Amino acid sequence: MSAPQWNNKVVKWVDDRLPVISMLHHSAYEYPTPKNLSYMWNFGSLAGFVLVTMILSGIFLVMNYTPHTSMAFESVERIMRDVNYGWLIRYIHMNGASMFFIVVFLHMFRGLYYGSYKAPREMLWWIGILILLAMMATAFMGYVLPWGQMSFWGATVITNLFSAFPIIGDPLVTWLWGGFSVDNPTLNRFFSLHYLMPFIILGLVVLHVWALHSVRSNNPTGVEIKTPQDSIPFHPYYTIKDLFGMGVFLIFFCGFVFFAPDYLGHPDNYIPANPLVTPPHIVPEWYFLPFYAILRSIDFTIFGIPAKLLGVLAMFASIVILFVIPWLDTSKVRSSKFRPVYKWFFWLFVVDTFILGYCGAKAPDDYFMGVPGLKVIVMGQLSTLYYFAHFLVVMPLVGKMERPKPLPASISESVLKEGANA
Amino acid sequence: MSQSVHSSGEHQPDENRRDFLTLATTAVGVVGAGCALLPFVDSMNPSKDVLALASVEVNLSNIPVGQAVKVMWRGKPVFIRHRTEREINEANEVALNELVDPQSDDARVEKKEWLIVVGVCTHLGCIPMGTATGEARGDYDGWYCPCHGSHYDTSGRIRRGPAPKNLEVPTYTFLTDTSVRIG
Repeated sequence: MSAPQWNNKVVKWVDDRLPVISMLHHSAYEYPTPKNLSYMWNFGSLAGFVLVTMILSGIFLVMNYTPHTSMAFESVERIMRDVNYGWLIRYIHMNGASMFFIVVFLHMFRGLYYGSYKAPREMLWWIGILILLAMMATAFMGYVLPWGQMSFWGATVITNLFSAFPIIGDPLVTWLWGGFSVDNPTLNRFFSLHYLMPFIILGLVVLHVWALHSVRSNNPTGVEIKTPQDSIPFHPYYTIKDLFGMGVFLIFFCGFVFFAPDYLGHPDNYIPANPLVTPPHIVPEWYFLPFYAILRSIDFTIFGIPAKLLGVLAMFASIVILFVIPWLDTSKVRSSKFRPVYKWFFWLFVVDTFILGYCGAKAPDDYFMGVPGLKVIVMGQLSTLYYFAHFLVVMPLVGKMERPKPLPASISESVLKEGANA
Repeated sequence: MSQSVHSSGEHQPDENRRDFLTLATTAVGVVGAGCALLPFVDSMNPSKDVLALASVEVNLSNIPVGQAVKVMWRGKPVFIRHRTEREINEANEVALNELVDPQSDDARVEKKEWLIVVGVCTHLGCIPMGTATGEARGDYDGWYCPCHGSHYDTSGRIRRGPAPKNLEVPTYTFLTDTSVRIG
């Protein structure tokens, strides 16, 4: 781990004055990584790759986009029809947003399953949640920019959420809009902030990686690196593994870009925004559906707090609660591999988020999966209840009551044992 | 002579004075930074040209009894309904304690045949249906919001569904019998 000796004179001259090359060498070359990482550990670097893809494709889109209510829609159509490869750049950016969330959700489920949020990785986990929040804000504002019907009405519904807060609600919404409805000032500021946010995300990612490299990567056993035998250098072992995963991921990504570019979007967004007509069924993009379902499932009043405010609070709480799970989880064992009871609750939680997503996509009075008598709103309420119960009840209780399986003495021992059994 | 005595004897007060100066300087700095931030925050509020478009005049003479129109005011629709005798009676017959957001019809109109409300659902801001002839008007003959199912009555009051408040009544003045200024 001592500073490497550089043979190249130029490299040495630079590094003596600003040790940036040594820093990169430490973090991307010799970084000691657990030798048993599975493919579930690919999604961090994939998320970084998608972030760079989004920034680059976004910069090129801005060269042809006009942030004005009278021209935004047409400028996007011009990108699609007239700008050379404009269709490709826009479809990369549009589907890239979905890819970003797919990769980040998998990355988070990985962290939940293997207990990557537990000490000493709480800060690492927190920064990750901040990145998720920044991504959500960025994606929301970006979706408004093409100024289609879903852009306009999505922006209207989401900004109206803030009117739920007592007293400050209405002035706050007027301030967000810069007027008395979603209009040109709103579009302009969303454009400005949509360009800013990715760089804030980039800064958070630097902190995220910094935190990771100071506490080291978790691994499928959840047992820390104890001896040099437990780790291998990041390069070439994980650079090559990450690259292979990236190849597979790119096939998936390009499949959408080239063969189903509008599959994940909503056709109403190809109708120019009309402030006088609300589309009959407003739905957010798929990655917001579980949170939208939580928002909508609160249709009752508690302690005189109106349903609208409760719904907004529940939706924000569904993410804020992630900040405290390092303390809600009482188990000493990190990896669910050695937690025979909690493992099942984890998968129940995964299913629950999918049910929430389904409920968010349907009208509240529809029947859930066509089951007669089971309204979507009721199913949404039940799955919202489980979402919070998982963190507030299951995590503390199961951690205390379950008897975990014996942990391997070290990463190395577990690898050798699995090799012997194979 | 007293120089050394002075400094050693008042060592403690000197430190307090320094703490005070540090705190006061920090406080002034924070307040200053806050003041510097204020113009930026306020720049995001509605600008003068947006505020200048804040009123609109509407000619009512071509709205027959029983029909309604949508006009744009401050970027959002305003519903103007020329109410029939039956609709006015319906609005007056409801007991106030049955209402989610109790308000008498008299408090919501200036002339009882003209109902003027902001056409934005108080739930999450969609435009309720029921203005154009033939559109669904909900279970209470007023408006129906398709987004999350709120029903409004012939006075624009919320009767059922997730919306918490009645449709907002904008400030307006009748300039003549057939013309009104909204805003």
